[in-house]
Amino acid sequence: MGDPENMRGGKALPLVAAAVFGAAPLVLPGWVTFLLTLAVAKSVMVLAIALLLRGGLVSFGHGMFFAAGAYTVGMAMKWGGMREAVVLTFLGVLAAAAAAALLGLLIARYRGIFFAMLNMAISMVVYAVLLKLYWVTGGTDGIGIRTPTILGVMPERESLRLVMYYFTLVMTLPAFYAVHRFWTSPLGFALRAVRDNEVRVEYMGTSVARVIYAAYVLSGALGGLAGILTGFSVGHIVPDLAYWTTSGEFVFVAVLGGPASIPGPLVGSIAFEFLKSYAYKYAAFTWQMTLGVTMLAIILFMPGGLWTIYEGLARQGRQWRLSWKRTG
Amino acid sequence: MTVAVVILLDGVLYAAVLFLVAAGLTLVYGVMRILNIAHGSFYALGAYAGTSLVLVYLKTGGPAPLMYLALLAGAVVAGAIAGPLVERLLLRPIYGREEVVQLLVTYSLFLILEDVMKLLWGVDPYYVAKPYAFLGTVTIAGIRYAWYQLLLIAVALATGVLVSLAIRGTRLGRMIVAVTADREISATLGINVGRVYTLAFTAGAILAALGGALVAPLISVAPGMSVEAIVLAFAVVVIGGLGSLEGAALGALIVGITRAAAVQLFPEIELATVYLIMVAVLLFRPRGLFGEWETRRI
Repeated sequence: MGDPENMRGGKALPLVAAAVFGAAPLVLPGWVTFLLTLAVAKSVMVLAIALLLRGGLVSFGHGMFFAAGAYTVGMAMKWGGMREAVVLTFLGVLAAAAAAALLGLLIARYRGIFFAMLNMAISMVVYAVLLKLYWVTGGTDGIGIRTPTILGVMPERESLRLVMYYFTLVMTLPAFYAVHRFWTSPLGFALRAVRDNEVRVEYMGTSVARVIYAAYVLSGALGGLAGILTGFSVGHIVPDLAYWTTSGEFVFVAVLGGPASIPGPLVGSIAFEFLKSYAYKYAAFTWQMTLGVTMLAIILFMPGGLWTIYEGLARQGRQWRLSWKRTG
Repeated sequence: MTVAVVILLDGVLYAAVLFLVAAGLTLVYGVMRILNIAHGSFYALGAYAGTSLVLVYLKTGGPAPLMYLALLAGAVVAGAIAGPLVERLLLRPIYGREEVVQLLVTYSLFLILEDVMKLLWGVDPYYVAKPYAFLGTVTIAGIRYAWYQLLLIAVALATGVLVSLAIRGTRLGRMIVAVTADREISATLGINVGRVYTLAFTAGAILAALGGALVAPLISVAPGMSVEAIVLAFAVVVIGGLGSLEGAALGALIVGITRAAAVQLFPEIELATVYLIMVAVLLFRPRGLFGEWETRRI
């Protein structure tokens, strides 16, 4: 979980994870690498949703930040002629964070259903705007994202997939680190306390509105980053990114992976991306139903998500080692 | 002048449908303190059920005026079946849980119902214009207007008055008011709170289904109806104040007329205007126009 004690115990985990993700594309087939790229990119968005969930807030409209990041990059490429991936990423994250900072002034004042539905309503407006302003945004056709240069180097056609994978991976690391730091900072603890009892947090002299505002801006920036990385790897962006189903899927993945841990969103995102690529083939009509039933089952029977399976195993492993040491 | 009349008529028509859906949403919220995201699905369910029943009835070749009965019966039956089922099986286990959990559960239900309707009725749109065309048109201030649209407004108005009278004047209505005010004290007084919950939720579902069925002859019934309905109904109850029936009526009128005006005057920003009003109301009256302030519990 997010407790500092547990994190100290699992110091080796980030290193192991980095090694596994670094070596993965060398042994896996190309299409798996592509799915993995998407999963890693979207996991940043899931991380953003999970961040808010841990403060007791759920957003059904975070797709708008996803779209904000992706469209900033798309338009900078289309109208500004920019090609450099690192600069574009920076620009997109900045735009998404600015959007969140502006909307946050209004939305951070609300909780529960108001927070959830206001986000949904605004994202539907963003969707409508992207659709209607077709001379700028391309309408339903969207915008094609050309292959960017990375630090001035144009990736070669054959190795493009691999390069995009590593680019996504490297860009994702700071996001996960930032959330980890946020979570162990006073602000992070305050956010957890807000979920338990808002009024008591106020009595302690902490401004709840400011805590939620900070979390909202951070989650908006993360959403933007996810949109940019997804746009780069897919090569095409459409207004559907801001549609409610996109946001809903992210909420689902956060619940699936387990919002209470840092690796949860990543695990959930990978599981989801592979599940989706199969489910679309065999059950296109019952896809949303599958999501709904799975989400219900997890909420009612496994509130910690998939990551609790690992934690359960790890705990058993520790106990087993201890008992072995004692008897030996 | 003509434009003003069109805006007014279209707006009131639109408000009538919105009111039915929003009244159900606000009733359920008032009693159970749950915002049912799947409420829009009941609206779509009513539209599908009503349309199907009318199509079946028209095939039997019975007297035409009775098709209106079929339309309403389809909606009432759909709401009366889906409502108790959902309340008993799905919502009962989550009363008293965190608001986030409740939102996620009704959201899951929304996703499930979306596909259930696709499985039952397919993805192709349904049209049934007969109830609309049958009554003919009337000319108001130089504009041809369908009688059916006037009928719809009358039905919505009557339903609103009926629901409001039932809540004020009947035993069950008083019980609903009591449970809305304080659940625990109502239980101590001997009110079967569980039963009131089931009844209120079912009533809410039927209201949404009625809205769907009544609007069905004017539109094509297709997947995607639910989400538009829930988002707009939410805007209506937020403007009016969550849990207030009068608020839902006023909110529906504001949203209906605004949207009709936007369609006529600025079609590009049609949807955005509704949310702009919602945001404006929330800025100045965060609990809505008729909303009551809640005391914060420590």
